[in-house]
Amino acid sequence: MSQAVLELEGVSKSYRTHLSLRKYWILRDLSLVVRDGEIFGFIGPNGAGKTTTIKLALGLLHPDAGAIRLFGLDASRREARRQVGFLPENPYFYDYLTGSEFLDFHARLFGIRSPERRRRVADLLERVGLGNRGDRQLRHYSKGMLQRIGLAQALVNDPRLVILDEPMSGLDPIGRREVRDLILELKASGRTIFFSTHILSDTEMICDRVGMLVRGSLKAVGTVEDLLRGETPPYWEVTLRGMGAEALPCGRVVSRHDDRLLVRVESRRDLHQLLTSLERAGALLVSVAPARRSLEDLLLREVRGADAGAAGPAIDKSADGGGIRHAG
Amino acid sequence: MPGRILAIALNTFREAIRNRILYLLLAFAVALILCAHVLSLLTVGSEEKIIKDFGLATIEVFGVLTAVLMGIGLVSREIERRTVLVLLAKPMHRAEFVLGKYCGLVLTLLVNTCVMGLSFFGLLVARGIADPAVLLVVLMLFLQFLLITALAILFSCLSNPIVSCLLTLALYVIGHLLWSFDLLKARLTSQAGRALCGAIYYLLPHLGNFDIKGDVVHGLPVPGARVAWAALYLAFYGSGVLLLACAVFQRKELQ
Repeated sequence: MSQAVLELEGVSKSYRTHLSLRKYWILRDLSLVVRDGEIFGFIGPNGAGKTTTIKLALGLLHPDAGAIRLFGLDASRREARRQVGFLPENPYFYDYLTGSEFLDFHARLFGIRSPERRRRVADLLERVGLGNRGDRQLRHYSKGMLQRIGLAQALVNDPRLVILDEPMSGLDPIGRREVRDLILELKASGRTIFFSTHILSDTEMICDRVGMLVRGSLKAVGTVEDLLRGETPPYWEVTLRGMGAEALPCGRVVSRHDDRLLVRVESRRDLHQLLTSLERAGALLVSVAPARRSLEDLLLREVRGADAGAAGPAIDKSADGGGIRHAG
Repeated sequence: MPGRILAIALNTFREAIRNRILYLLLAFAVALILCAHVLSLLTVGSEEKIIKDFGLATIEVFGVLTAVLMGIGLVSREIERRTVLVLLAKPMHRAEFVLGKYCGLVLTLLVNTCVMGLSFFGLLVARGIADPAVLLVVLMLFLQFLLITALAILFSCLSNPIVSCLLTLALYVIGHLLWSFDLLKARLTSQAGRALCGAIYYLLPHLGNFDIKGDVVHGLPVPGARVAWAALYLAFYGSGVLLLACAVFQRKELQ
């Protein structure tokens, strides 16, 4: 098993409003391990506690309970952050700096010396597609360009772990694609990427593992396949030949082409009934395709479950992603 | 100076010198200093005193305004705009951030005070009343700005810019009137009242330590020990305020 890069162990975090003594829990007993070299997607609805988790991991917030380690070191120690790059959500940077000055400033914070700093700044500007915009002040950058320069500053120390908070938020499809490609490129160069996102299709596409956070509790951790395995398909699509639509015992015709029908059925019982009738009518079965549930379906179910007071048994996925178990 | 503090300081300085408000303040201050010449024409017999009084007061007011207006947002604005998140996610101690911001503003104030001080001294030379002791006053004013900046940055770590501005300006005014608490203490009979006056007198910043304007304007000598005491006071009191600011910021939750 790969080395743990980021570990959270029983982490809880609450806050109090100024006038109230009542505690509001943002995170409760969160345990999670991110392994070396993987892309870990951290998903959940707004207010689930994703950004809080990231801030705790970076020592920007202090946990009420639990332990957080970066590369085996206590996350509150500054040495622990030496090999970490971070891009916050909707970042605001010093807009009076030019792109080059901005990267140079961040490189100085890592103590990188002048000749090396100049080389890295030039390389990074090229890498994020801003090679010819380095001398423009950030106040003249578009949102996509700001996101790219933000990514560049997150890479200025050549980090082993890159933490991105909603890196695709507010970007157009081209910008999203560029960020996605950059994440894959980072993984290919051996880095670990931990990112939070709302864009679940991207998560399914690029993540090695996913953690699902709902109302401060980790509801699931695992590969996308692990999480969706064993899920009942929401419907099946049956393609058949030699049978008229009027002869169907159940289901809905989606399309018709010559004597070929594409029929959608919503339950196992209907599927069984349709297949039996095919045999009786002497029709030809071309294919049966169960629709795959998506992470979005899973997330929606978890959120609704949490909203309903989590009456059913909560899914308690193993923290290190070695599998999934059900608690309760 | 450690590299990270220097990097933050230079960036803070760069932010200040790219801010038009600083130039406006500076231009207005220099214009007012030169106005001292016009003002002196309206008086009979005490032109030199009027020029020195008005010029030094202008340097003080604009120096304090720069220290307060720029100091109160040094930390709170970074938190509000969330620029601080990217910085503190790096291997940097929070105290380095606070000290870097402080040093950056000190550098800005140094340039500011030099421009105002040299403009004023130039005017005195042009009028043939140049007095090197005036430069000593400017130095003492600069030391006072350093203490006010430390107070502004402490309040910036604790509160929002408006509250920080009010508190810093209040301390500036009280800091020049602290002698009245010592006087009041001598006249009070109540133990609690005397203790309170004593606490205020010793705990709040004694800005009168930096005030030698009156002496220089009236041609009185300023002993070196007075300047040394002011520098020592700044070193101890200023360090205490900055340490407190670092401790407050260290515990701050960056939501």
